[in-house]
Amino acid sequence: MNDTQPATGDRTGTGDRTATDTQAGAGTGPHSTTGACPATGAGPALDNRPATEAPRPAPRPQPTARTCPFDPPEEYRTLREQDPIAPVTFPDGTNGWLVTRHEDVRAVLADPRFGANRRPARLGSPAPADTPLPPPPPGMFLMMDPPEHTRIRRLLTGQFTVRRMRQLTPAVERIVAEQLDAMASAGGPADLVQDFALPVPSLVICELLGVPYADRADFQRDSSAMLRLDATQEEAQRAHLAMHRYIHELALAKRAAPTDDILSGLMQDGRLTDEEVAGVGALLLLAGHETTANMIALGTMCLLGNPGQLAALRADPSLMDNAVEELLRYLTIIQFGLRRVALEDVELGGHRIGAGSTVLASVTSGNRDAARFSGDPDRLDVRRPYSPHLAFGHGIHQCIGQQLARVEMKAALSALLDRFPGLRLAVPAEKVPMRDDMLIYGVHELPVTW
Amino acid sequence: MKVIVDEEKCVGAGQCVLAAAEVFDQREADGVVVLLDASPPDALHSPVEDAAARCPALAIEVLGDGT
Repeated sequence: MNDTQPATGDRTGTGDRTATDTQAGAGTGPHSTTGACPATGAGPALDNRPATEAPRPAPRPQPTARTCPFDPPEEYRTLREQDPIAPVTFPDGTNGWLVTRHEDVRAVLADPRFGANRRPARLGSPAPADTPLPPPPPGMFLMMDPPEHTRIRRLLTGQFTVRRMRQLTPAVERIVAEQLDAMASAGGPADLVQDFALPVPSLVICELLGVPYADRADFQRDSSAMLRLDATQEEAQRAHLAMHRYIHELALAKRAAPTDDILSGLMQDGRLTDEEVAGVGALLLLAGHETTANMIALGTMCLLGNPGQLAALRADPSLMDNAVEELLRYLTIIQFGLRRVALEDVELGGHRIGAGSTVLASVTSGNRDAARFSGDPDRLDVRRPYSPHLAFGHGIHQCIGQQLARVEMKAALSALLDRFPGLRLAVPAEKVPMRDDMLIYGVHELPVTW
Repeated sequence: MKVIVDEEKCVGAGQCVLAAAEVFDQREADGVVVLLDASPPDALHSPVEDAAARCPALAIEVLGDGT
């Protein structure tokens, strides 16, 4: 209530299309407190900009360029310190707000005045200007607000409780061991993504949902297409439709011949339409394997790049629970944040966020906020005392599969380190292809040997 | 310390169980929070406060010491 001055940059629609992201501040970021990048050895870039800028700058481009594969773009530090709720131009040319402090990110994600139906983040492709937001696809509860969101999520949460996921641990450990056996007998070098990080969560989510793992080539291809930032609208839509159609047919088959899995359960329950079951299934399949796969592969690369931390973890495996939380915080693979749309005019930190504005809550930035995380948040520290991080989001949409992800990461990383004491990269770190072009960060492949 | 949970708000993320399994559980059917101990002993105050801070849906309220 304290400030109603009109703010610029809160309109959606096409902005200045020359102000896109790719050149944004590369090499002009602020000083890092952390020194050399553990992956490439590169030192921090120097900041040549004045400490303060004009009172109300034009929207700045959303930072997207990393200087170290494990760190978010360095501009986020300056934003947290100087402009924590900033008018921004997204890579697709639309304008909105970028929220970068831990406290503010939590506030936005817990605030029912910000709705979850939003346009997808894309790099470079023109956004449809001033067209009204279409409703979320059936079953896509990630993009819904209460009461619709609650109706669907409540049907699923019982499947993902702490107890149920812990009961799954032996099965997950068996899958992990089988993948490691196959790697060991084939001999190094291997691509850790294709041979380990991707199969483990794919096998687990297939088992839980009742999706045949033999069909993985198709659904992994469609998942990738949906997560590619440079995909055109048509490409993304085509991949989504293909995935939806696939799960729809599978679900219909399960109505005729139910098995012991989530899809069969939802079809028998009858509270969701067939279309909704297909949407829920597609979402769980996508989210259930891409996210954890990338945390396992990138987490491994990160540990290999931080040998002191890796040694501490090998010396004391009881640190693994904490190390999993620290890797989640430190790497925060939802690299372009969580988007919300203001459902009404909202006062936030002295700014007026106009109804209809897109607000990007940067979980990546919030998880590096020194106001929240003690010591140096830009350092990986497997002994860091736990503090609530934002890697799974916050608010009513916080990751429904987070307990599964924890079980999978712990089982995968523990067994991998145990099995291959000499595990190392098979190429220089700077040759590892990073997923800068994907909605979910990580590595496209990770050549390792042992 | 007195603990109050709001089942309507709960989104079944399970954070409270991770923080304080002696005080919080989840219903089998829908994962909604079950309060095991509304007046936890001193030793659990810190984990319970942690659970309230972690809860993504702000469904846990901790009231200060009356007794």
